[in-house]
Amino acid sequence: MTSQVSSPAGQAAGTAAGDRPTQLPHEPGDKEVRRLDRVIIRFAGDSGDGMQLTGDRFTSETASFGNDLATLPNFPAEIRAPAGTLPGVSSFQLHFADHDILTPGDAPNVLVAMNPAALKANIADLPRGAEIIVNTDEFTKRAMAKVGYETSPLEDGSLDGYRVHPVPLGTLTVEALKDFDLSRKDADRSKNMFALGLLSWMYNRPTEGTERFLAAKFAKKPEIAEANLTAFRAGWNFGETTEDFAVSYEVAPASTAFPPGTYRNISGNLALAYGLVAASRQADLPLYLGSYPITPASDILHELSRHKNFGVRTFQAEDEIAGIGAALGAAFGGSLGVTTTSGPGVALKSETIGLAVSLELPLLIIDIQRGGPSTGLPTKTEQADLLQAMYGRNGEAPVPVVAPQTPADCFDAALEAARIALTYRTPVFLLSDGYLANGSEPWRIPEVDELPELGVQFAQAPNHVLEDGTEAFWPYKRDPETLARPWAIPGTPGLEHRIGGIEKQDGTGNISYDPANHDYMVRTRQAKIDGIEVPDVAVDDPTGEARLLVLGWGSTYGPITAAVRRLRSAGEHIAQAHLRHLNPFPGNLGEVLKRYDKIVVPEMNLGQLSTLVRARYLVDARSYTQVRGLPFKAEQLATALKEALDD
Amino acid sequence: MTETAETVTPANGTGGAGRALDALSLVPKATAKQSMKDFKSDQEVRWCPGCGDYAVLSAVQGFMPELGLAKENIVFVSGIGCSSRFPYYMNTYGMHSIHGRAPAIATGLASSRPDLSVWVVTGDGDALSIGGNHLIHALRRNVNLKILLFNNRIYGLTKGQYSPTSEVGKITKSTPMGSLDTPFNPVSLALGAEASFVARTVDSDRKHLTSVLREAAAHPGTALVEIYQNCNIFNDGAFEVLKDREQAENAVIRLEHGRPIRFGTGGAMGVVRDPVTGDLAVAPVTPANESQVVVHDAHNPSPTTAFALSRLADPDTLHHTPIGVFRSVDRPVYDRLMSEQLDTAVEQQGKGDLAALFAGGDTWTVVG
Repeated sequence: MTSQVSSPAGQAAGTAAGDRPTQLPHEPGDKEVRRLDRVIIRFAGDSGDGMQLTGDRFTSETASFGNDLATLPNFPAEIRAPAGTLPGVSSFQLHFADHDILTPGDAPNVLVAMNPAALKANIADLPRGAEIIVNTDEFTKRAMAKVGYETSPLEDGSLDGYRVHPVPLGTLTVEALKDFDLSRKDADRSKNMFALGLLSWMYNRPTEGTERFLAAKFAKKPEIAEANLTAFRAGWNFGETTEDFAVSYEVAPASTAFPPGTYRNISGNLALAYGLVAASRQADLPLYLGSYPITPASDILHELSRHKNFGVRTFQAEDEIAGIGAALGAAFGGSLGVTTTSGPGVALKSETIGLAVSLELPLLIIDIQRGGPSTGLPTKTEQADLLQAMYGRNGEAPVPVVAPQTPADCFDAALEAARIALTYRTPVFLLSDGYLANGSEPWRIPEVDELPELGVQFAQAPNHVLEDGTEAFWPYKRDPETLARPWAIPGTPGLEHRIGGIEKQDGTGNISYDPANHDYMVRTRQAKIDGIEVPDVAVDDPTGEARLLVLGWGSTYGPITAAVRRLRSAGEHIAQAHLRHLNPFPGNLGEVLKRYDKIVVPEMNLGQLSTLVRARYLVDARSYTQVRGLPFKAEQLATALKEALDD
Repeated sequence: MTETAETVTPANGTGGAGRALDALSLVPKATAKQSMKDFKSDQEVRWCPGCGDYAVLSAVQGFMPELGLAKENIVFVSGIGCSSRFPYYMNTYGMHSIHGRAPAIATGLASSRPDLSVWVVTGDGDALSIGGNHLIHALRRNVNLKILLFNNRIYGLTKGQYSPTSEVGKITKSTPMGSLDTPFNPVSLALGAEASFVARTVDSDRKHLTSVLREAAAHPGTALVEIYQNCNIFNDGAFEVLKDREQAENAVIRLEHGRPIRFGTGGAMGVVRDPVTGDLAVAPVTPANESQVVVHDAHNPSPTTAFALSRLADPDTLHHTPIGVFRSVDRPVYDRLMSEQLDTAVEQQGKGDLAALFAGGDTWTVVG
């Protein structure tokens, strides 16, 4: 899921080397090994079955092998939903390939179903011919009845057409761990590691990473570490020896998909946290995060709180309002102030964002969007906060908005948001979402000296001469280029000043209720945001013959790009543009939109970007929307775009 | 913390003088002698004529030079309400923020800048109604903030609705048949919120007000000072019983650390502990009970007696209202603990290295 559409010339000969293991831990024996160019695996089980961990580990193995990959964790909001029920099913989908890919995949080739609920909840997504590994131990009459199976799907023929591998995962795990001093129940808990071992064998994944991980995770409980390792190896050996698994698969490293460099797998929230630390370093300002825990943003708070040695202060506030309040207070004091939240939190922070607009202080508001309205779907993705970010404040309160397009891109988006905030002395919205936050992909680790310079200059001296010749500091005397006001932080002698949310006189910053001044200040604040320099939007239109442009923003980048590729390989002409900047829009956007006869805007909302571009550019931008708490499927988008092409 | 001689002398002797060194040790000192004039901004003060806020502003401006701090390292942060215009009139750094949020904003500022002396100016509506949550959490964290809570028991800026400290039955524009709400007692509330420093004073008693400010400034951590302030437009005379010399003698209980709590003409009245319930009560002092009069101990680690003192006042008549420092105890200060964690992290992990951070976890290399 790299953002490069094509590899640079000369990359075809690229090879994966370095840390990538070149030897498999076991020889595959005399079983057949088939080569595949890509695979989609979905692990599904109860919320307590450890499916997210299993998926994470398989992903790490796959990343270190050098495949391109994209992931889609999908789990309920309940920490431990009732066992064996459909709402309690937690899944993790991974798409990996020997070439560059853009999405976690539409339909799994392989489903690992840990119980009847997991089978029932996921079977509809599987194409005929897919492989299903089922944990037969859980297919008891009672467990099947709980999810409405009157007869066993393993026996009644309903899985005909699939390649089913019935495996008593729990029994085999307990048997493998019989020498450990563990209860049956405890031993059974390691069955996810057995499944991971089996899948690792099936796809010839390197295992050192998982072995290291288990040793480190249970360092204080060596017995448990050893039990999990044993289960993991037993799963591998089961695949190698049992006749039911006659074939294993190889997916070669995607060496040609990646430009040279050192890579790691990274989730959107981790990339965002790293981007914030990097921004703080590049700006030479201490980072101050004021935050209140909320799904799916909390991982950024967790991550940043681990990096206090970078001078990062993290403040878990009493509520969302205090989170942003503290960040704004720190910004007044010269920190890079950040608040992280999701949609409901943004609603609570709105008044303080308005204050930041009025104070004209740099501030980052990170919104990891989730399904709404209200509490909505806490663990599911959506893009429905765009208009809230744009307009969700009293008065004319413009705020720049940027959006990352892939998990790894969250790093660059954080730096860009910081650039705008610091240069223009304004709060900035960064709109990520649940899919980007928890999904992961390979990230080319940047060299520190490639990072953008974000240095700021605090005001040090008076900036105005009064009529009587005395020097004064005017907090609202603007830079003529950027319209940014000076940032004079407490501790600077001679620049003592007062700022506030009441309308202020141009220049002096003193309270002013003057009608003409208010009109001027409202227009000036708007002009400052409108004048922010942002790069032109790039248009991908390889033949130059396209009549239809598909315009997107945020996490729809992967599915849109995958759909566009499918259409192009079917001979269609279609152009694509993806917006990093939602406010202000890139300067060339209007001209780009007018070049095409048809514009389609796919969004995970009811048409918020299309509303904006229609209003702004008077173009007939058509909306294609979905609010299912899940990313678009490439096939579905390709079909919709084909209809628009043929329309 | 050493009992070094200092220029500041606490009026009611809770030992604040020595602690000033500790509380303000990270704030740079003024290089030249300061006067009250240095702290007056060029802005015209726009409170109603006769408002109690003038007296508090004047007392604060007059007291600031005593601290001897670099003016540029002092910040006043306020919320919304009449008193929240305060920062505009102080020639320091300042922020007039939004309703109720000043403690949160000031927490971010103080916890990121230990070299600042941060003051919060708020009112009964701002601090106890819309901003109640931020107030209690600032108090429990013990951030290095000095919170001046101007309590006039009314909403002034919105023209006269009852506030969370208004007495039950208060007739206002929004309660023509009388308010139904039981009022907060700000001192009780603060003590319940684990405040390490709680005091009460009165706008018109400049000497007492200044002495309390002095102790608050010297306190490491959050100091809450409730200032009874007269709104002469919407709630005139609310504290008259505490101000009128004759009435005050029997209404006001002056708390002085280390001294028996006595008041009234010739100290005729005293605060004694009920041997059965353990609660405090007001009683005439007699030779028989004189030895049982409670001796005020502001440094008592237990807040129990301070809380009992805060309950003596009748919320309707304000009879038996204690003023002075109820509680002043040492407790770890949030912003210093936060800084210490940063230092510890550097000691344990070394100064942050971006390249090492990015390359954490499993990596692989693609060669061109």
